[in-house]
Amino acid sequence: MISYIIRRSLLAIPMLLLVSLIAFFILTLPPGDYMTSYQNQLTSQAGLTTAEAEEMANEMRQKYGLDKPFLVQYYNWIKNIVTKGDFGYSFFYSKSVSAVIWSRMGYTLLIAGLCHFISVFAGVFIGIFSATHKYSFADYTFTVLAFLGVSIPAFFLALFMMYIFSFELGMGVGGLFSDEFIMAPWSLAKVWDLIKHLWLPVVIVGFAGTARNMRVMRSNLLDVLGLQYIQTAKAKGLKNKTVIYKHAVKNAIKPIVMSMGSALPFLITGEMITSIVLDLPTTGPAFYNALVNQDMYLAGSFLMMIAVILVIGNLLADIALAWVDPRVRYN
Amino acid sequence: MNKEALVKVKNLKTYFYTEEGVVKAVDGVDYEIYPGETLGIVGESGCGKSVTSLSIMRLVESPPGRIEAGEINFDGRDLTKIPEKEMRKIRGNDISMIFQEPMTSLNPVYTVGDQIMEAIMLHKKVDRKEARRQAIEMLQKVGIPLPEQRVDEYPHQLSGGMRQRVMIAMALSCDPQLLIADEPTTALDVTIQAQILELMNSLKESYGMAIMMITHDLGVIAEVSDRVAVMYAGKVVEYTDVDTLFEDPKHPYTWGLMNSIPKLDKDVDRLEAIPGSVPSPLNFPEGCKFNTRCPLAEGKCFEEEPPLEEAASGHKVRCWRYEDLEDIKKRGERIYEDRGVQK
Amino acid sequence: MKKEETKERKKYLSNKEKIWRRYKKHKLGMIGGTIVVLLLILSIFAPFFSPYDYRKPDYEGAYMPPQPLNFVDEDGELSIVPFTYGVEQGMDPETWARTFEINPDQKYRLQFFTEGWEYELFGIFESNIHLFGVEEGGTFHLFGTDKLGRDILSRIIFGSRISIFIAFFGSLLSAVVGSLIGGISGYFSGKIDLFIQRVIEMFQLFPQLPLMMALSAAIPTTWPPILIFIGIVVVLSLIQWTFLAREVRAIVLSYREQEFVKAAQALGANHLYTILKHVIPNCFSHIIVVMTLTIPQLILAESTLSYLGLGIQPPMVSWGVLLQEASNLQTIGQHPWIMIPGAFIFFTVLSINFFGDGVRDALDPKSN
Repeated sequence: MISYIIRRSLLAIPMLLLVSLIAFFILTLPPGDYMTSYQNQLTSQAGLTTAEAEEMANEMRQKYGLDKPFLVQYYNWIKNIVTKGDFGYSFFYSKSVSAVIWSRMGYTLLIAGLCHFISVFAGVFIGIFSATHKYSFADYTFTVLAFLGVSIPAFFLALFMMYIFSFELGMGVGGLFSDEFIMAPWSLAKVWDLIKHLWLPVVIVGFAGTARNMRVMRSNLLDVLGLQYIQTAKAKGLKNKTVIYKHAVKNAIKPIVMSMGSALPFLITGEMITSIVLDLPTTGPAFYNALVNQDMYLAGSFLMMIAVILVIGNLLADIALAWVDPRVRYN
Repeated sequence: MNKEALVKVKNLKTYFYTEEGVVKAVDGVDYEIYPGETLGIVGESGCGKSVTSLSIMRLVESPPGRIEAGEINFDGRDLTKIPEKEMRKIRGNDISMIFQEPMTSLNPVYTVGDQIMEAIMLHKKVDRKEARRQAIEMLQKVGIPLPEQRVDEYPHQLSGGMRQRVMIAMALSCDPQLLIADEPTTALDVTIQAQILELMNSLKESYGMAIMMITHDLGVIAEVSDRVAVMYAGKVVEYTDVDTLFEDPKHPYTWGLMNSIPKLDKDVDRLEAIPGSVPSPLNFPEGCKFNTRCPLAEGKCFEEEPPLEEAASGHKVRCWRYEDLEDIKKRGERIYEDRGVQK
Repeated sequence: MKKEETKERKKYLSNKEKIWRRYKKHKLGMIGGTIVVLLLILSIFAPFFSPYDYRKPDYEGAYMPPQPLNFVDEDGELSIVPFTYGVEQGMDPETWARTFEINPDQKYRLQFFTEGWEYELFGIFESNIHLFGVEEGGTFHLFGTDKLGRDILSRIIFGSRISIFIAFFGSLLSAVVGSLIGGISGYFSGKIDLFIQRVIEMFQLFPQLPLMMALSAAIPTTWPPILIFIGIVVVLSLIQWTFLAREVRAIVLSYREQEFVKAAQALGANHLYTILKHVIPNCFSHIIVVMTLTIPQLILAESTLSYLGLGIQPPMVSWGVLLQEASNLQTIGQHPWIMIPGAFIFFTVLSINFFGDGVRDALDPKSN
């Protein structure tokens, strides 16, 4: 098992290198670079002449290597990541990329993790309930809700919820903290304030994931309940509950475990878009700003980091699958 | 037979309520199983033989299925009437069952030991250690080599024949009075088939249990049964002991089944074949249900369903014209068309 | 022999009937399908259904709230023909906000096939006939107007064109690319298969939305609308083709060993011919199902991109573009009706999901 994990991790490295190369390439596709807009800013706001502004912009380009050919830029970027752990400089935030990402990654992982947890558990349990109460009123209700969950765009759900809570119910939403807590040191009151702000994005992001898992679980469980070994278990004289929870669920849950790794990007994209709408201090809005402003080291690092999370997620899912399914374990 | 019947099925009707209509899968079936004997139930697929057995276990999926009418008397109780909780105590304990597909009838995520022990712990109220000991003993009895090792293996590590042995071990682990075997050998290789049948026969002797053997294979019937019920379209059409059935089949359907398989001891170069297939249960014909395929069908056969009547002592048949068939047999004629040269 | 043949044909026909029967039995699928057809008609004949020119600003009537149709007037009198009231603008003396007051004395009755703004349909027919409007002098903004006073209903109707067709073309392109590459991968197996699988894995290593955002950010906003449209279609299908390719590959792998493919090869058919003629048609129903279920996802993706300003660019309108205006909490607080396009996205996606579900159950009953 351990050698399997190591082998998988080693295999991921060239893959990630390739991914980062392509990500970097995509980011250089748009015409111009950050300095183009920087130059415009200098002329319009700082009152510099075009020539002066261009000179300053070129200086900056030289300093950060933006004047070099694409492959050289990429090589330097990767070299610094590997040798110094330096992900480059974010022009937009005027900070190192690592500083921008690390100050925000915690909240991203918190929200995505919570949503992942909720969508797996809620999805699985509602799915089991729906499958065992097939065609009941509750089953129809959950099925319709699940359809809603996968049909509503996350950004619109966020907008709509924000509208309902702010204007119809008069509750303040948006952000992760109330104003008085933003700069305050951590305390119980601050944690409570965080929870009060956190639940809405978690619900918004978790809704679609719960809906997806519920549908998968329901149809899988129904499939499994039709299999021969379920009849064998019943023929032993086991209770219906034992048959379902011990014999059927463990088999039906496999695809959910398998998709746990690939569910992460869904959650991260959901988290990203929700954070942009609700203006949360997570990586989502930072990536968006980086993209719009051609802040390429930040955008590139972010893309790569998500790819790394995905690789780790898939690895964890594989390990979990081996735990559920003996056939995987013995291969 | 003077003995008290172990299972007495009377006028059993199991219907399925589907969107296309009511499927009368079992439509008025009667038979008895005596202690220590093997009742063979034979028929083509879709004739209702599996549903009969699932009805005894009360494992017919409901909805859409439902036991409409009839009695299943077992040990002085009517299984169609007792509460589910009572029924659970009978399942796996007094009556147990093995299925056709050994590849899918074991749960892939538990070891075979776990699955055998589950039944033992449930019905015999023993602890894990004792259950494990008994499970190993059972594996040994069904002829699995190295049972101490096999007990911890998963189904996918065993061959089809081995899995069917595990199923038998599981079914017999609580000393049932009746074992229902639903096509237990159909999915196996011929050599393995013979081994499994032999195993079942010897275990029957040592356990003194009764077996209900469901199959479409007359060869299997000949090998293991004491008495046979031939089913067609949800009904028993012929019911007698195995020797009489093979020597003197009285129903044209049974006759057709017998002559459609090659025999080694007779020099037959032509095989007969029953034309067509079983009518859709949604769309059974009027009168005798075999009339769409029966070469002897005429007049009354299309109007009225024949009763299951005693044609000879201990030999029941459901046919208006079984006496005419008798004459044809005496003349040595055939009633079905030739299927072609036997190879 | 001949008897056999007619029997086969009969069976085949009844198979088609069976598909239709199964689809009809799926009630949600039927409802979804009907709505999808209505939406298609709405988007194809958009100008006819739009009471106003979706591009024409009316600075006087900015952010006008939705005008309901009335059947009963202030005096409680019933009118068979519904009408709208005249609207007069005012100013809140305290907040200085603009207000819209109903003038109960002015009534404008609803009319059908009225003359309105002029348009060209498919670049051929010129007309100024619209499905509905109100009497001369009145206004009828069922869903209100936006910040430039443009009719939101008309903008939604025109937006449906791009929202639906961009998703349709995106899904079509990904189906073509996906089934071709998946077909090649499964058919040849071996090294080609391995290589294609690695490429697909790499594509799937990218998280979808960020990749889509990065790619569409690379489309210059200065491009002409048609190029932007094509660009977004390509971006959308670039993300989606891998899923279809994997599924087609799996099906092809299972078909590859079957006799009819071997027979075609034995007869000397070349590879491309075999794939196109024998392999792909067998996956056809599956491809259609996946395609149908991809469309709603692409509608969601396009609306998200456009909402973020990375997709379709104004003056083109899609539902996502319309929602861009709703990105400010203050704005939606004061003018909540600008969120209505979101409801259209939602109902469209829901309908196509139901429709796709029905199609899947009808074509492939085993899969569910």
